Amino acid sequence: MAQKQEEVQIVPENRVYGRPALLTDRVMHYCPGCSHGTIHKLIAEVIDEMGMQDRTIGVSPVGCGVFAYNYIDIDWAEAAHGRACAVATAMKRLCPDKLIFTYQGDGDLSAIGTGETIHTCNRGESIAVIYVNNAIYGMTGGQMAPTTLVGMKTATSPNGRDVKLHGYPFKIAEMIACLEGVRYVTRQSVGTPAGVRRAKKALRKAFENSMEGKGLSFVEFVSTCNSGWKMTPVAANQWMEEHMFPFYPLGDIKNE
Amino acid sequence: MAKIRGAVVIDKERCKGCEVCVVSCPCGVLALSTEVNGKGYAYSYMANPTACTGCASCAIVCPDSCIAVYRQKFPTE
Repeated sequence: MAQKQEEVQIVPENRVYGRPALLTDRVMHYCPGCSHGTIHKLIAEVIDEMGMQDRTIGVSPVGCGVFAYNYIDIDWAEAAHGRACAVATAMKRLCPDKLIFTYQGDGDLSAIGTGETIHTCNRGESIAVIYVNNAIYGMTGGQMAPTTLVGMKTATSPNGRDVKLHGYPFKIAEMIACLEGVRYVTRQSVGTPAGVRRAKKALRKAFENSMEGKGLSFVEFVSTCNSGWKMTPVAANQWMEEHMFPFYPLGDIKNE
Repeated sequence: MAKIRGAVVIDKERCKGCEVCVVSCPCGVLALSTEVNGKGYAYSYMANPTACTGCASCAIVCPDSCIAVYRQKFPTE
Protein backbone atom coordinates (compact mmCIF):
# COMPACT_ATOMS: atom_id res chain seq x y z
CA MET A 1 0.00 0.00 0.00
CA ALA A 2 1.34 3.40 -0.97
CA GLN A 3 2.11 5.62 2.03
CA LYS A 4 -0.59 8.24 2.06
CA GLN A 5 0.42 11.64 3.38
CA GLU A 6 -1.90 12.14 6.32
CA GLU A 7 -3.03 15.67 7.07
CA VAL A 8 -4.08 16.60 10.58
CA GLN A 9 -7.59 17.96 10.47
CA ILE A 10 -7.96 21.37 12.09
CA VAL A 11 -11.17 20.64 13.95
CA PRO A 12 -12.13 21.27 17.61
CA GLU A 13 -11.98 17.57 18.58
CA ASN A 14 -8.30 17.42 17.56
CA ARG A 15 -7.38 20.56 19.48
CA VAL A 16 -5.01 19.80 22.37
CA TYR A 17 -3.83 23.26 23.37
CA GLY A 18 -4.97 26.76 22.61
CA ARG A 19 -5.42 30.24 23.91
CA PRO A 20 -6.90 30.16 27.44
CA ALA A 21 -10.56 31.21 27.60
CA LEU A 22 -9.84 33.82 30.26
CA LEU A 23 -7.40 35.83 28.14
CA THR A 24 -9.08 38.72 26.37
CA ASP A 25 -8.63 39.35 22.64
CA ARG A 26 -6.53 42.42 23.24
CA VAL A 27 -2.95 42.17 21.93
CA MET A 28 -0.56 42.47 24.88
CA HIS A 29 1.60 45.58 24.94
CA TYR A 30 4.63 43.62 26.14
CA CYS A 31 7.82 43.44 24.06
CA PRO A 32 8.32 40.28 21.95
CA GLY A 33 9.34 37.35 24.15
CA CYS A 34 8.48 39.04 27.45
CA SER A 35 7.89 36.63 30.33
CA HIS A 36 4.85 38.63 31.46
CA GLY A 37 2.78 37.22 28.61
CA THR A 38 3.54 33.62 29.59
CA ILE A 39 2.80 34.31 33.26
CA HIS A 40 -0.52 35.97 32.34
CA LYS A 41 -1.37 32.87 30.35
CA LEU A 42 -0.60 30.58 33.30
CA ILE A 43 -2.74 32.67 35.66
CA ALA A 44 -5.63 32.55 33.17
CA GLU A 45 -5.28 28.78 32.77
CA VAL A 46 -5.09 28.04 36.50
CA ILE A 47 -8.07 30.25 37.39
CA ASP A 48 -10.07 28.67 34.59
CA GLU A 49 -9.16 25.13 35.68
CA MET A 50 -10.14 25.94 39.27
CA GLY A 51 -13.44 27.42 38.02
CA MET A 52 -12.76 30.61 39.96
CA GLN A 53 -13.37 33.24 37.29
CA ASP A 54 -16.29 34.86 39.15
CA ARG A 55 -14.60 34.72 42.53
CA THR A 56 -11.09 36.00 41.78
CA ILE A 57 -9.77 39.50 42.28
CA GLY A 58 -6.28 40.41 41.15
CA VAL A 59 -4.32 43.45 42.24
CA SER A 60 -2.20 44.89 39.46
CA PRO A 61 0.98 46.82 40.12
CA VAL A 62 2.76 49.83 38.75
CA GLY A 63 5.33 48.74 36.19
CA CYS A 64 5.09 46.80 32.95
CA GLY A 65 2.41 44.59 34.48
CA VAL A 66 0.11 47.56 35.10
CA PHE A 67 -2.26 46.64 32.26
CA ALA A 68 -2.74 43.07 33.47
CA TYR A 69 -6.38 44.04 34.05
CA ASN A 70 -6.82 44.47 30.31
CA TYR A 71 -5.68 40.95 29.50
CA ILE A 72 -7.21 38.55 32.04
CA ASP A 73 -10.99 38.52 32.25
CA ILE A 74 -11.46 38.57 36.04
CA ASP A 75 -12.03 41.37 38.57
CA TRP A 76 -9.07 43.62 39.20
CA ALA A 77 -8.00 46.49 41.41
CA GLU A 78 -5.12 48.79 40.63
CA ALA A 79 -2.91 49.65 43.59
CA ALA A 80 -0.62 52.61 44.11
CA HIS A 81 3.03 51.82 43.45
CA GLY A 82 4.19 49.04 45.77
CA ARG A 83 0.94 48.92 47.77
CA ALA A 84 -0.62 45.87 46.13
CA CYS A 85 -0.17 43.66 49.22
CA ALA A 86 -1.89 46.25 51.43
CA VAL A 87 -4.83 46.49 49.02
CA ALA A 88 -5.02 42.69 48.81
CA THR A 89 -5.06 42.45 52.62
CA ALA A 90 -8.14 44.65 52.79
CA MET A 91 -9.88 42.71 50.04
CA LYS A 92 -9.16 39.31 51.59
CA ARG A 93 -10.42 40.43 54.98
CA LEU A 94 -13.61 41.86 53.52
CA CYS A 95 -14.20 38.95 51.12
CA PRO A 96 -12.59 35.85 52.65
CA ASP A 97 -14.31 33.55 50.14
CA LYS A 98 -12.61 35.22 47.18
CA LEU A 99 -9.30 34.25 45.61
CA ILE A 100 -7.10 37.32 45.99
CA PHE A 101 -3.69 37.61 44.38
CA THR A 102 -1.25 40.40 43.66
CA TYR A 103 0.82 40.61 40.51
CA GLN A 104 3.98 42.62 41.06
CA GLY A 105 7.33 43.27 39.49
CA ASP A 106 10.65 43.62 41.26
CA GLY A 107 10.53 47.42 41.23
CA ASP A 108 7.07 47.37 42.77
CA LEU A 109 7.43 44.58 45.31
CA SER A 110 11.06 44.71 46.35
CA ALA A 111 11.81 48.44 46.07
CA ILE A 112 9.01 50.87 46.86
CA GLY A 113 6.73 48.19 48.32
CA THR A 114 9.18 46.28 50.53
CA GLY A 115 7.51 47.47 53.74
CA GLU A 116 3.98 46.49 52.69
CA THR A 117 5.18 43.15 51.35
CA ILE A 118 7.09 42.11 54.45
CA HIS A 119 4.33 43.14 56.85
CA THR A 120 1.68 41.38 54.78
CA CYS A 121 3.82 38.24 54.79
CA ASN A 122 4.34 38.54 58.52
CA ARG A 123 0.60 38.90 59.16
CA GLY A 124 0.08 35.70 57.16
CA GLU A 125 -2.77 37.01 55.02
CA SER A 126 -4.22 34.22 52.87
CA ILE A 127 -3.36 35.77 49.55
CA ALA A 128 -1.10 34.69 46.71
CA VAL A 129 1.73 37.02 45.74
CA ILE A 130 3.07 36.70 42.21
CA TYR A 131 6.45 38.33 41.92
CA VAL A 132 8.03 38.83 38.49
CA ASN A 133 11.75 39.39 38.97
CA ASN A 134 13.62 40.48 35.85
CA ALA A 135 16.43 42.28 37.72
CA ILE A 136 15.76 45.62 36.05
CA TYR A 137 13.21 48.44 35.82
CA GLY A 138 11.78 47.50 32.45
CA MET A 139 9.02 50.05 31.94
CA THR A 140 11.03 53.18 32.68
CA GLY A 141 13.97 52.30 30.44
CA GLY A 142 16.18 49.69 32.08
CA GLN A 143 17.41 51.34 35.27
CA MET A 144 19.05 49.39 38.09
CA ALA A 145 16.63 47.63 40.44
CA PRO A 146 17.32 46.25 43.95
CA THR A 147 17.46 42.81 42.32
CA THR A 148 20.01 43.72 39.62
CA LEU A 149 22.90 41.25 39.71
CA VAL A 150 26.39 42.31 40.80
CA GLY A 151 28.29 43.55 37.75
CA MET A 152 25.15 43.77 35.59
CA LYS A 153 25.06 46.82 33.34
CA THR A 154 21.92 48.95 33.32
CA ALA A 155 21.07 52.52 32.31
CA THR A 156 21.94 53.77 35.81
CA SER A 157 24.88 51.43 36.42
CA PRO A 158 26.74 51.70 33.11
CA ASN A 159 29.88 50.13 34.58
CA GLY A 160 27.96 47.29 36.20
CA ARG A 161 26.45 47.09 39.66
CA ASP A 162 29.15 47.91 42.18
CA VAL A 163 28.67 46.38 45.62
CA LYS A 164 30.46 49.24 47.40
CA LEU A 165 28.22 51.80 45.78
CA HIS A 166 24.91 49.99 45.34
CA GLY A 167 24.94 47.12 47.79
CA TYR A 168 23.98 43.53 47.07
CA PRO A 169 20.98 42.22 45.11
CA PHE A 170 17.88 41.54 47.12
CA LYS A 171 16.71 37.93 47.61
CA ILE A 172 13.25 38.71 48.86
CA ALA A 173 11.95 35.12 48.58
CA GLU A 174 14.60 33.83 51.01
CA MET A 175 13.98 36.83 53.26
CA ILE A 176 10.27 36.23 53.71
CA ALA A 177 10.60 32.44 53.95
CA CYS A 178 11.65 32.80 57.59
CA LEU A 179 8.39 34.56 58.54
CA GLU A 180 5.79 32.48 60.41
CA GLY A 181 2.82 33.69 58.38
CA VAL A 182 4.26 32.54 55.08
CA ARG A 183 3.14 29.10 54.02
CA TYR A 184 4.64 28.54 50.61
CA VAL A 185 7.58 30.21 48.88
CA THR A 186 8.76 29.02 45.50
CA ARG A 187 10.89 30.32 42.67
CA GLN A 188 10.03 29.41 39.11
CA SER A 189 10.84 30.43 35.57
CA VAL A 190 8.98 30.38 32.26
CA GLY A 191 11.83 30.26 29.72
CA THR A 192 11.36 26.63 28.65
CA PRO A 193 8.30 24.36 28.20
CA ALA A 194 9.35 22.25 31.22
CA GLY A 195 9.76 25.38 33.33
CA VAL A 196 6.31 26.62 32.34
CA ARG A 197 4.74 23.28 33.34
CA ARG A 198 6.44 23.38 36.76
CA ALA A 199 5.47 27.03 37.23
CA LYS A 200 1.84 26.22 36.53
CA LYS A 201 1.79 23.58 39.28
CA ALA A 202 3.36 26.06 41.71
CA LEU A 203 0.80 28.70 40.82
CA ARG A 204 -2.05 26.26 41.34
CA LYS A 205 -0.71 25.31 44.76
CA ALA A 206 -0.42 28.98 45.73
CA PHE A 207 -4.00 29.69 44.67
CA GLU A 208 -5.29 26.61 46.49
CA ASN A 209 -3.45 27.62 49.68
CA SER A 210 -5.07 31.00 49.41
CA MET A 211 -8.55 29.52 49.11
CA GLU A 212 -7.95 27.15 52.01
CA GLY A 213 -6.90 30.05 54.24
CA LYS A 214 -3.50 28.53 54.88
CA GLY A 215 -1.49 31.74 54.92
CA LEU A 216 0.49 33.63 52.36
CA SER A 217 1.89 31.96 49.25
CA PHE A 218 4.67 33.62 47.33
CA VAL A 219 5.57 32.63 43.77
CA GLU A 220 8.62 34.33 42.31
CA PHE A 221 9.17 34.14 38.57
CA VAL A 222 12.76 34.70 37.47
CA SER A 223 12.08 36.47 34.19
CA THR A 224 13.72 38.18 31.28
CA CYS A 225 13.55 41.76 30.10
CA ASN A 226 15.10 41.45 26.68
CA SER A 227 14.55 45.14 25.83
CA GLY A 228 16.10 46.30 29.08
CA TRP A 229 18.90 43.77 28.86
CA LYS A 230 19.37 44.71 25.17
CA MET A 231 19.28 41.12 23.89
CA THR A 232 17.11 39.04 21.62
CA PRO A 233 14.40 37.05 23.47
CA VAL A 234 16.25 33.77 22.89
CA ALA A 235 19.60 35.20 24.04
CA ALA A 236 17.87 36.71 27.09
CA ASN A 237 16.47 33.30 28.07
CA GLN A 238 19.97 31.86 27.78
CA TRP A 239 21.50 34.72 29.77
CA MET A 240 18.87 34.16 32.45
CA GLU A 241 19.85 30.50 32.73
CA GLU A 242 23.56 31.31 32.89
CA HIS A 243 23.50 34.33 35.18
CA MET A 244 20.18 34.61 37.01
CA PHE A 245 19.70 30.97 38.02
CA PRO A 246 22.99 30.65 39.95
CA PHE A 247 22.02 33.64 42.11
CA TYR A 248 18.26 33.03 42.16
CA PRO A 249 18.09 29.20 42.26
CA LEU A 250 14.77 27.68 41.20
CA GLY A 251 12.63 25.43 43.35
CA ASP A 252 10.58 25.46 46.53
CA ILE A 253 12.14 27.50 49.33
CA LYS A 254 9.40 26.82 51.88
CA ASN A 255 6.50 24.40 51.67
CA GLU A 256 4.60 23.66 54.86
CA MET B 1 0.48 0.61 16.05
CA ALA B 2 -0.87 4.03 15.44
CA LYS B 3 1.00 7.07 14.36
CA ILE B 4 0.37 10.41 16.00
CA ARG B 5 0.79 13.56 14.01
CA GLY B 6 0.35 17.15 14.96
CA ALA B 7 -0.18 20.56 13.45
CA VAL B 8 -0.10 24.08 14.81
CA VAL B 9 -2.16 27.07 13.79
CA ILE B 10 -0.42 30.35 14.45
CA ASP B 11 -2.31 33.63 14.65
CA LYS B 12 0.23 35.48 12.54
CA GLU B 13 -1.15 38.95 13.26
CA ARG B 14 -0.73 38.33 16.99
CA CYS B 15 2.75 36.80 16.67
CA LYS B 16 5.62 39.15 17.59
CA GLY B 17 8.38 36.96 16.15
CA CYS B 18 10.20 36.42 19.47
CA GLU B 19 11.46 33.04 18.23
CA VAL B 20 11.01 31.35 21.62
CA CYS B 21 8.73 28.73 20.02
CA VAL B 22 11.28 28.04 17.28
CA VAL B 23 14.02 27.09 19.76
CA SER B 24 11.57 25.24 22.04
CA CYS B 25 10.33 22.89 19.32
CA PRO B 26 12.02 19.49 19.82
CA CYS B 27 11.32 18.46 16.22
CA GLY B 28 12.54 21.54 14.33
CA VAL B 29 9.12 22.26 12.85
CA LEU B 30 8.93 26.01 13.23
CA ALA B 31 10.85 28.89 11.65
CA LEU B 32 10.43 32.62 11.27
CA SER B 33 8.98 33.87 8.00
CA THR B 34 10.80 36.18 5.63
CA GLU B 35 7.59 38.18 5.23
CA VAL B 36 6.28 40.39 8.00
CA ASN B 37 2.80 40.79 9.49
CA GLY B 38 0.77 43.99 9.85
CA LYS B 39 2.86 45.10 12.82
CA GLY B 40 6.15 44.53 11.00
CA TYR B 41 7.19 41.38 12.84
CA ALA B 42 8.51 38.27 11.07
CA TYR B 43 6.07 35.62 12.28
CA SER B 44 6.49 31.97 13.15
CA TYR B 45 5.23 29.33 10.72
CA MET B 46 5.47 25.58 10.14
CA ALA B 47 8.53 25.24 7.92
CA ASN B 48 8.65 21.47 8.33
CA PRO B 49 5.03 20.43 8.98
CA THR B 50 5.51 16.67 8.57
CA ALA B 51 7.81 16.54 11.63
CA CYS B 52 5.20 17.93 14.04
CA THR B 53 4.04 15.54 16.78
CA GLY B 54 1.63 17.97 18.47
CA CYS B 55 3.62 18.07 21.72
CA ALA B 56 2.49 21.68 22.31
CA SER B 57 5.91 22.83 23.60
CA CYS B 58 5.73 25.84 21.28
CA ALA B 59 2.27 26.86 22.45
CA ILE B 60 3.18 26.41 26.12
CA VAL B 61 6.09 28.87 25.94
CA CYS B 62 4.42 31.34 23.56
CA PRO B 63 4.19 34.63 25.52
CA ASP B 64 1.42 35.95 23.29
CA SER B 65 -0.67 32.75 23.32
CA CYS B 66 -1.01 32.83 19.54
CA ILE B 67 -0.42 29.10 18.88
CA ALA B 68 -3.18 26.48 18.85
CA VAL B 69 -2.09 22.82 18.68
CA TYR B 70 -3.97 19.97 17.01
CA ARG B 71 -3.17 16.28 17.25
CA GLN B 72 -4.60 13.30 15.41
CA LYS B 73 -4.02 9.58 15.53
CA PHE B 74 -3.60 7.71 12.23
CA PRO B 75 -3.74 3.91 12.07
CA THR B 76 -0.74 2.38 10.28
CA GLU B 77 -0.65 -0.91 8.42
